[in-house]
This record gives sequence, C-alpha cells and structure tokens, in this order.
Amino acid sequence: MSKKNETLKTVMVAGLLCFVCSIIVSVIVVTLRPQQAINADLDMKKNILMSAGLLNAGDDVNTVFNTLDTVIFDIETGSVVSDIDAKTYDQIAAVKSSEYVVEIPADKDIAALGLRSKYAKAFVKKDEAGTYETVILSHWGKGLWSTMYGFIALGPDFNTIKGFGYYSQGETPGLGGEVDNPNWKAQWVGKKLFDAEGNIAFKVAKGVGKGESQVDGLSGATITANGVTSSIKYWFGEHGYAKLIQNLKMGAN
Amino acid sequence: MNIKKLVLEPIISDNPIALQILGICSALAVTVQLKNVFVMCAAVTLVVAFANMGVSLIRNHVPSSIRIIVQMTIIASLVIVAEQFLKAYLYDQWKTMAVYVGLIITNCIVMGRTEAFGMKNGPIESFFDGIGNGLGYSFILIIVGFFRELFGSGKLMGHTIFELTKDGGWYQPNGLMLLPPSAFFLIGIVIWLIRTKDPSQVEG
Repeated sequence: MSKKNETLKTVMVAGLLCFVCSIIVSVIVVTLRPQQAINADLDMKKNILMSAGLLNAGDDVNTVFNTLDTVIFDIETGSVVSDIDAKTYDQIAAVKSSEYVVEIPADKDIAALGLRSKYAKAFVKKDEAGTYETVILSHWGKGLWSTMYGFIALGPDFNTIKGFGYYSQGETPGLGGEVDNPNWKAQWVGKKLFDAEGNIAFKVAKGVGKGESQVDGLSGATITANGVTSSIKYWFGEHGYAKLIQNLKMGAN
Repeated sequence: MNIKKLVLEPIISDNPIALQILGICSALAVTVQLKNVFVMCAAVTLVVAFANMGVSLIRNHVPSSIRIIVQMTIIASLVIVAEQFLKAYLYDQWKTMAVYVGLIITNCIVMGRTEAFGMKNGPIESFFDGIGNGLGYSFILIIVGFFRELFGSGKLMGHTIFELTKDGGWYQPNGLMLLPPSAFFLIGIVIWLIRTKDPSQVEG
C-alpha cells in the first residue's frame, strides 16, 4: 500500500470510529436523561428535607416533601410573589437569566457573590392551624475552593435554626469538607441567627463557639469557616432575606 | 483458547492487581464501603469486557500508528455509557463515587487488556478475558472493601455488624481503615498470602 493510501485509511478509520462511538453515546445519554432528571429532582428534595431534619430513615421522600409548600418571595420587598411557577423556578439558575438577576452593590456584598436572584424560593411547613412550623431557605457562598450551596431551616420564631446543610461543596476533604460532618451540623440546631436588637449575630467561631449564636470553628479550615459565616451574614442581612423574615414575623404575630 | 481458563486464571494465578499491580488507584479510592465496591466492580468488569471485545472486532483494520487512541476512544465511550446508567439507576452510588466512575477510563487494567489481549485475539476470547480480569479486580476489591467497611465503620453493606462506641456499643472504629492508605496494607497482605501459596509469582 502506498503511503498516501495508508494516511487515507488512518483518517477514515479514525473518523468512522468516532462517528460510531458518538452515536452510541448520544443515544444512551438521550434515552436515560428523563430517568436521571427524576433522580436529580428526588435528590434535591431529599437534601431540602434533610437540612431541616424532616426526613427520618425509611420515609418516602416524595410523601414527606408534599407536606411542604413552595413559596416564592421577592427578596427586596419580602412579599410573596404569585405570578411565578414555584415548581419550576430555580433560585440558583435564576442568577443566569437577565429577568431575575440582581447585582449586589459592592459595599453590601459581604460574601463576594456579585449577583443574586431577585426572588427566593422558600419551602414552608405549616401546621393544621396554618401557623409556620419550619421555613427552609437557600444560601450559598464561597469557601476556599468552591461555591458551597445549601439550605437552612428556621423555626416558627424565624430566628432559631432548625437545621443546616450543604448539598454541594468542593472543599478539602477532612478540613473544609467537614462542613458536611453531621456532628458539626448538629451544633447549628437551636442556635439563634439574630441578637435581641435584630442584628445578625450568627457566626462560626474560631475555636469553641460561645453563646447562643455561635458554632465551633473547623480546625484547619479558617477560610471555609469564614465563607460560611459571611454567606449566612449576607443572606440574612439587609440585602438578603431580612425583609422576608420581617414580613414572616409580622404575618405570624 | 479455553474460556473457563480465560475467566478463572486472572482471579488468583494471574490477578491484575496482585500480580500485575494494575488498577491500584481505584482500589484505594472506592473501597470504604462494600456497596460502592460492588458497583465499581460491575462497571469495571463490563467496561473491560466490552472494550476488549470492541477492540478485538476492529483489530485488523486499525492502523498501528493510531491504535492506542482508537482503544482509548472505545474505552472512553463505554465509560460514559456506564456512568450514564449509574446516574439513571444508582444515583446515590453515583454521587458518592462521582469522579472515580469517570476515572475508569484511566484504569490501567482496561487499557492493559485491550492492548495486550484484545489486539491479538478474537472477539469472544477477548470478551471473556475482560470478564476474567474484571473478576480478578473485583476479587481484590471485595476483600479490601470488606475489611475496610467492617473495621472502619463496623458495618457491612450499610448494616451494623459491630455496634460503635459512639452509638453505645463496644467497638471503637479504626480510623485508618477509612483512609485510602489502609488499602495499601490490605492489598499488601493479600499479595503476600497469594505469593506464599504460589511462590512462582514472586518477582526477581
């Protein structure tokens, strides 16, 4: 075989192989996508419930999740927004759409987020009389390496933490990654977000947490811990959920 | 070639991990829980088997100048397929193993078999050679996973076997077992046992 023919054959084999492989991969990806979407959805529901401590072993995720209402709030005014489909609205993805994005002024951007969504998606649990039992809100912020995404659940006084957890983070395993440690997360339960004057007081301490608004620090993970503190400070500060909390409190009284 | 021999030989006498010392990386990474071990083993076994068969099917048409990249393409496609299936049907396992599923592509066993066996033998033999090597890999991983989960967290397949002290039981877990280096010790012990029984495997 001549050299030219050989090159031609090489290119043909490579091209044909890539074509066949890409067809196989595409077909599989497309056919499995609906099932994967169901899984991802279920997983998110599970994360929401677990962050609020509402999911016990053996519970069916969908059944428990259906006891929650999904409510959209305008973060700036703190009022309920009803013309948005609460099921499909995604607070994190909303940052990417020009319609729902809000630029955070530099002097208020404690957590260095840059942008936030206009509306918050909250999951609320009410008892039969219609009083709030739990409100679950999203929060996110930068750690050392990654943006950490999570939920935080508040009790009926909208101050006491009922549960906390990240569902996505890429911090150093064993150091910053300890934000996922169940023992550490358990410390959050019962802590207060605000002090008596209504200012945000919560923080991750350096060393042992003192008082009713601090949790223990994470040794070897100062930057991650500071990231957690500043993201909570931002999200529950005046540019974050402060108005929303205020309105909830007024409504509850 | 004898299919039974192809499947059984790599389990003890020609084990890819214990004799050829291939695929150590994932043996360290995914063996904390036995459940993940089984998923990983199934994924690797199927990928090696089908990659070996695929390479063997086209071996006579592949110009030797691009043979490695051709093998890589086949392996990578199969790994993506495996990962998609895990994501669809074993989502929780997929989440805990995350990057290690994708890293099957770089598992030396897969490429080692396609290059050493698939390129030279027929598709059926290649398929069973892949199964055999996958089982050999699984054999070691299951042993390692068994001891790591049992002594590291007092459980097997997620079921409590030893009651931990923190839950009011008697067993103080061995923290080392939760860390990847413990797999080195376990693999070392397995290799030592195999080579004591079969001195012909000792090198040098």
